[in-house]
Amino acid sequence: MKITPAFIRNELKQVKDPEIPTISIVDLGIVTGIEVSEKNAVHITLTPTFAGCPALRMMEDMVKERLGKIENLGEITVKTSFETTWTTDLISDEGHAAIKQHGLAPPMRNCAHISMEILEATSCPYCDSNDTKMKSPFGPTLCRSLHYCNNCKQAFEGFKPV
Amino acid sequence: MNNIDALKELLYKMADDQLIIGHRNSEWNGLGPILEEDIAFSSMAQDKMGQSEHLYNLLNQLGEADADTVAFTRNAPQFHCSHLVELPIGGYDFSLIRHFLFDFAEYLRFEALKTSAYQPLAQVAKKFFGEVKYHTMHANTWVYQLGHGNEESNSKMQESLNFAWNYALGMFEPGPAEEMLINENIFIGEEALQAKWLEVVIPLLEKSNLVIPEQSSWAPIYGGRIGNHTAHLQPLLSEMTEVYSIDPSADW
Repeated sequence: MKITPAFIRNELKQVKDPEIPTISIVDLGIVTGIEVSEKNAVHITLTPTFAGCPALRMMEDMVKERLGKIENLGEITVKTSFETTWTTDLISDEGHAAIKQHGLAPPMRNCAHISMEILEATSCPYCDSNDTKMKSPFGPTLCRSLHYCNNCKQAFEGFKPV
Repeated sequence: MNNIDALKELLYKMADDQLIIGHRNSEWNGLGPILEEDIAFSSMAQDKMGQSEHLYNLLNQLGEADADTVAFTRNAPQFHCSHLVELPIGGYDFSLIRHFLFDFAEYLRFEALKTSAYQPLAQVAKKFFGEVKYHTMHANTWVYQLGHGNEESNSKMQESLNFAWNYALGMFEPGPAEEMLINENIFIGEEALQAKWLEVVIPLLEKSNLVIPEQSSWAPIYGGRIGNHTAHLQPLLSEMTEVYSIDPSADW
């Protein structure tokens, strides 16, 4: 059986971000290359979300583990490369929904010129109010910021736009 | 010095600055004046250390030892970090001022390197640039707030700025082969970087109600790039490498 990149991509949708288990690494936008050779050897390229993200190596291993379960697959290699720069704009619409489902505010789109003022306007993931306040651009993981919703009086975290 | 050596010199000083300031930032873990600041300095430490690892990986591709060996087995004279990053964390006023002065320099350095002719460096610079933007926003918010806070907060920030200024200028110690890097469009050079930095930090500090030290008193503190360090670096390295020294194969 000939394995296609689309098939592999679909399999990788089952690999979830260990820190936000509702989102797949495909919807997160970190899978930047899927190559399948004549002999069904698979080469996956991932791009780091944050340079210091400790989940990166774990995700490489999770990719290998998932693909390792597929029959008829040749050698599996996973490489991390900065060739494609990850930004939060690479997160799919489905990914945005998954982030919200996890209780985090999804990142605003097209935030190449991010500022404190832009972050202040993050929508609350619980009540969708824009009447929120950013408490800190740094949260419990590198990709999160801390906010407070004045409307539903709830502290929440946001996925930082980068 | 050939162009590979010049490139290595550039990468080493960047990576070492990141590693050492990362370690210093991590020293606020558990000690921050409020929980959010504890988290902020710990997050920035994680960013810096991650970035240093990727820079050491670039050095590894150029024939240097692997990242862990380079980070954990050298002694102070083999490090290329600036004196600014070696200084102890001091009070929160000093740590914030250092963070402000250092991170704006980094931000502008990565911005310049995004278009470096050395592609592997341009690629990581693009990534780091987006991350360090948050560090500068954090630094500027606090420097502004405390500069405008009250007399006590303003004078503490001012004293720290006066103390840190010449150390900060020392970040831009010229390298031995800058012309080569400039001519090959690898890096704009320390002098040009310092000029950009002054253009950015001076107005921000003035907006924060702080006074820039008199230009006649400016005396950059050099030496770090060529291995002459303050007495603070070796104890930091001894602490940072304690586990590695006991068991180099330790994993977690």
